[in-house]
Amino acid sequence: MSNQPLLRINNLQAGVEGRAILKGINLDINAGEVHAIMGPNGSGKSTLASVIAGREGYEILGGEILFKGEDILEMEADERAHLGLFLAFQYPVEIPGVNTTYFLKAAINETRKARGEKELDAVEFLKFIKTKAKLLDLPEDFLKRSLNVGFSGGEKKRNEIFQMAALEPIMAVLDETDSGLDIDALKVVANGVNQLRSPETSQLVITHYQRLLDYIVPDVVHVLHDGRIIKTGPKELALELEDKGYDWVIQEAAQPA
Amino acid sequence: MTETAQLTETDAWLEAFEALEQSPPQGPAWLLPLRKAGLAQFAKTGLPTLKDEDWRFTNVDPIRQLQPNPALTRSDLDATALNQITYPHKDKDTIRLVLLDGHYQADLSDISKLPGEVTILSLAQAITEKGDSLEKHLGQYTYQNDNPFAALNTAFFQDGLYIHLPKKFQLDTPIHILNLASGDGSGAASFARHFIHAEAFSKCTILETYQAINDAAYLSAPTSEFLVDDEAFIEHIKVQDESEKAFHIASIYANIGRAAHFHSHYLTLGGRISRNNIRTKLDGEGLEAVLNGLYLSDGDQLSDHHMIVDHAKPHCDSHEYFNGILDDRARGVFHGRILVQQIAQKTDAKQTNKNLLLSDDATADTKPQLEIYADDVKCTHGATIGQLDDEAIYYLRTRGVPKPVAQRMLVHAFAGEIIDRIGHDTLREELDELVWKRLEDFTHFQSETND
Repeated sequence: MSNQPLLRINNLQAGVEGRAILKGINLDINAGEVHAIMGPNGSGKSTLASVIAGREGYEILGGEILFKGEDILEMEADERAHLGLFLAFQYPVEIPGVNTTYFLKAAINETRKARGEKELDAVEFLKFIKTKAKLLDLPEDFLKRSLNVGFSGGEKKRNEIFQMAALEPIMAVLDETDSGLDIDALKVVANGVNQLRSPETSQLVITHYQRLLDYIVPDVVHVLHDGRIIKTGPKELALELEDKGYDWVIQEAAQPA
Repeated sequence: MTETAQLTETDAWLEAFEALEQSPPQGPAWLLPLRKAGLAQFAKTGLPTLKDEDWRFTNVDPIRQLQPNPALTRSDLDATALNQITYPHKDKDTIRLVLLDGHYQADLSDISKLPGEVTILSLAQAITEKGDSLEKHLGQYTYQNDNPFAALNTAFFQDGLYIHLPKKFQLDTPIHILNLASGDGSGAASFARHFIHAEAFSKCTILETYQAINDAAYLSAPTSEFLVDDEAFIEHIKVQDESEKAFHIASIYANIGRAAHFHSHYLTLGGRISRNNIRTKLDGEGLEAVLNGLYLSDGDQLSDHHMIVDHAKPHCDSHEYFNGILDDRARGVFHGRILVQQIAQKTDAKQTNKNLLLSDDATADTKPQLEIYADDVKCTHGATIGQLDDEAIYYLRTRGVPKPVAQRMLVHAFAGEIIDRIGHDTLREELDELVWKRLEDFTHFQSETND
């Protein structure tokens, strides 16, 4: 049992067009842990998710991201996925003409291929996928539809978690998974995420509102502000933020040590 | 292009016509004047130049340089040559009509599944046997040969097909018009001429394919006239897969009646320069016309689609969907004109042309044109020219799909939008596979280290 963290972010600095957005992020997530990152708009939450996932267009100005001990900053997005990283998008893209089933089978098998595992044949795949669909209470006709096309906001978010269940990642980054959801949809999504918690896997939940954290209970809460983590605490910190807002944390962090 | 040069070019065709006039058989009395009218129409302009608005993006100089001459005499194809080539629906039940350079090949055709009620004759035979009734129709739907190649076809056609479905007859077996070009390098031009008449309440599927026996430069300029009577249903699927050195300029005219359905699909794969001139007259209330096409162009290919949808009556629906996938230095041209006449209230017309450019040098020219004279109508049009969606590729990659696979998925989806509209199930699957195979050969998919 390795005692290195599953995800280690060391002094990560990243930006766009010469402007720094992440100004030195330090974060360790161990296997089995759920970390939450909260912060006001513009704090860099989405940038952090994008840089971890490997989206093109960001300049890495310094630092490193180690996943299972490997530096992933030079890796392409699909390579990171093969290592076991997953990103649940805040705004999942609609891809007309790409059938959900066909896409998932390709994704699962490409990942298995990259890991030297046996690919699933059509029958095995369908069986596998149907059990996962039940987990998220998704109707079967859902699998026949084009990826995210005509899906409501809630259905899109459930589809993200469904894909997470199907791909069985080691580390999942959930980027504002709760935004735009009503309480019922939120509960279904949270339940799906919770079912995937295990001692070997971790989750990084990025959220603007505390509400989601009532259902996906974090082990650690971080506050992100202006590209830095300015406070880290237990799950109660989220409730404090809900009560008092972000200002007190920002002021506290601004005081000289 | 100097005027003298143009004169010489037209002269060559005029001389060829004299040869035609002198060789028997002449056919019924109405035929020669019809041909002469076509020739006269052609002589007014000769082959088009870039100064012609309708040919602004399509340079036919290579066709000029070929100096094609009409294939007036019949040559024959032997059965072995036919067995060796592949074509859609080869091992399935079809009523298969084979033409070589525009001439019907009875020995190679298979009409065993043709029911007695349906009449299919070579056009030459139909002109002889059904001259009186054909006089009312042949050449009547071409708007006086509204482009130079249609005019040449009227002047020089030798043969083609006559297809007639009687009232209420539903033909389940697809009809396959298999056009072959010998590609013998002689510069012969073939002018296949087809007349298809679906009487009221009849229904059929017509597959029309074009391919070459040998790779060579030739001109194929077929004309099809469709007469679709009230409540009839025609699904027409045209697959153009001519030699990559060849020129294919086709004219398709459809006259559609009350509450009928005309679904016409176009798959363009071959030809160095190809063009479908499509003109539909919506001549009855409450009918539906769907023009649905996919063009795949690579290398130096140019694929051109020009169409006119004429809403001449109220309450009609027309939909044009054309997607192009352009690679290397290929060019796509699209011009869709929707004309809504004053009495055509409650028209619902939609036109979309999307072009996917897979390389930096590929280009597309697209021009929608709406002329609306009625005041209670719905008309929309959209045109896009672009690359694959980066967001979509990123999304797929975060799920472990490598970039080349993600690109293929998106290209497949883009082509699938068009193919999915083909009604006939087996044909649709076959053509989906064919499209896919062709795309795999595209320049863009050759190197595995795509950037």
